[in-house]
Amino acid sequence: MNNLRDNRLVKTFAGLRTAGKKALMPFLTAGYPDLETTAALLKDFEARGVRIVELGIPFSDPIADGPTIQASYTDALDGGVSSEKIFEMVRSYRSTSLTAGRSGDGSLALVAMVSYSIVFKHGVEPYLADAVDAGFDGIIIPDLPLEEASELEPLTSSAGLANVMLIAPTTPPERRLEIARHSHGFIYYISIAGITGERARLPEESIRAVAELRTHTDTPVCIGFGVSNAETVAHVCEVADGAIVGSAIIHRITDAKDAPRDELVKKVGEFVGELLKSII
Amino acid sequence: MSENEKAGYFGPYGGQFVPETLMSALAQLDREYHAAMADESFLAEFDRCLREIAGRPSEMYFARRLTENLGGAKVYLKREDMNHTGAHKINNTLGQALLTLRMGKKRVIAETGAGQHGVATATAAAVFGLECDVYMGTEDIRRQALNVFRMELLGARVVPVTTGQRTLKDACNEAMRDWMGSVEHTHYILGSVVGPAPFPEMVREFQCCIGRESREQMLQIEGRLPDTIVACIGGGSNAAGIFVPMINDDVEMIGVEAGGRSMGLGDHAASLVAGEPGVLHGARSYVLQDSDGQTAEVHSVSAGLDYPGVGPEHAYWKDTGRVGYTTCSDDDALDAVVALSRAEGIIPALESAHAVAEAMKIAPKMKPEQILLINLSGRGDKDCNEIADILKRRKK
Repeated sequence: MNNLRDNRLVKTFAGLRTAGKKALMPFLTAGYPDLETTAALLKDFEARGVRIVELGIPFSDPIADGPTIQASYTDALDGGVSSEKIFEMVRSYRSTSLTAGRSGDGSLALVAMVSYSIVFKHGVEPYLADAVDAGFDGIIIPDLPLEEASELEPLTSSAGLANVMLIAPTTPPERRLEIARHSHGFIYYISIAGITGERARLPEESIRAVAELRTHTDTPVCIGFGVSNAETVAHVCEVADGAIVGSAIIHRITDAKDAPRDELVKKVGEFVGELLKSII
Repeated sequence: MSENEKAGYFGPYGGQFVPETLMSALAQLDREYHAAMADESFLAEFDRCLREIAGRPSEMYFARRLTENLGGAKVYLKREDMNHTGAHKINNTLGQALLTLRMGKKRVIAETGAGQHGVATATAAAVFGLECDVYMGTEDIRRQALNVFRMELLGARVVPVTTGQRTLKDACNEAMRDWMGSVEHTHYILGSVVGPAPFPEMVREFQCCIGRESREQMLQIEGRLPDTIVACIGGGSNAAGIFVPMINDDVEMIGVEAGGRSMGLGDHAASLVAGEPGVLHGARSYVLQDSDGQTAEVHSVSAGLDYPGVGPEHAYWKDTGRVGYTTCSDDDALDAVVALSRAEGIIPALESAHAVAEAMKIAPKMKPEQILLINLSGRGDKDCNEIADILKRRKK
């Protein structure tokens, strides 16, 4: 029973593949510096041609994240952000964007990146239902490895949510294929054994590993961690279906945090625009 | 429940809730740990280290004056405070350092709260010539200056952690982040029975020398096992170590968590008594968190108990009722430091004082022929500055 045929994330990747295009997937910390800005950034990105955005649900103890994203999580939590408020923002992005002038049409594929600590506390089924109801299309639970995810997979599929799983450079070959089989929407390939953060260059080994992985699976493969400029985006997209850019965007938000919202959105949007050019 | 049979689980608690990057290292550790425990030569070497380096066995001490003062059960102290480096922590770090060598890794990292685990790791690293980095919150660096100096003297690097509340939980996050990037040549010596499998089981096994010795010593001295054992609980390693070898015997067991300033969320660190099932640092257990799943702030006068989670096996014992869990306030712990110092000439660590305080409460209600055993997990030298400050404030 696969309810993912109509899933927006699955359909977006299918469309990109047919068109011979790659995906630039910006990461945003939901609620950083506030939820209104996150909503404005979604619309700006969409208007520039972004098709998929990863939204990080802030967590107090993100062990896979480097200082840039960690600080944005802490800041968002200090501002009172919660899963409930983020769902509300996504719901309103889906419903009201049609009325906006220059903005997109509310049809971005949205993927939530959320710690299992949060999902477990809310209850797995209610959390997934709320996420779908709000308008999320996919979910990444970075601290729920294969061994612990067996109960989650059927629940996400029946909720109509794509459960995206991660492969690391330290993942042994057979396990990569096993993870690939259980990953829906796309496969998140972590380019570096380490935490999130900007890197000057990515290990060639990872680029080769993704090329190899793609010969074994039809599920799209995207590369994240360390992808931080137009050059690395282009490089990654030579082999992968998409590039995920997180810390480089968050650090630009941090730099513009004290500026008026329009200015922040414009600055960050322009950076994303630059990155988009590198994959066209 | 099917989870009962799942490896790395204690009932519904435990598991491996960590990023994929760490999974191969945990698999390697699990393999090496189980192979080592079945290897006579490893066990013999571990035993030698416990004797020659830690100075085991630790004494089983009859606290005569404390017993008289309390006027109830006979009170015994398992003197883990007499171990080399001053606490039970050395048992575990020696075991894990030997495993590090077995895995061919050259560097170890650790988190520390009170600094006892950091000192014990730095010591084991010095003994075996391993590079050592210890993560420590800046609030704890302030509270435990002596231990910071000891670690540095032993050749370790103390890495200050400035995120979150700047205490044990944050040090644990930072050590895990280091491990994410260094996993191929570094072993993470986790200091308690927490974290992803196999850590809770492995640390417990390395600490079980406490309970095995206690069992033997009690039988030798009294001809029988104690009626009650009391131990303090942060993550729960000293408690698990003394409980497990007598878990199938008719012995009452009590774990004492940090009751802090009050039982309001944020004022204590009593995960079992006041928390709910949740996921933190790679395991499902009892956790102090808010309704959204964010880890709550915690407080304890004792840096070693100042932690919002607890070992998954304790969660299991709580649910099954095998162990009783209670709390002790900051104030009662301080009173217990003074009481034990004056009655027996032993200055306990603030952590261990939580167990002493509970014993002082229950011993008078027990019969004189009954035996109450306290796991005196560490000595209080490291806490003297902190205790002096608090006692001074109290006088005013």
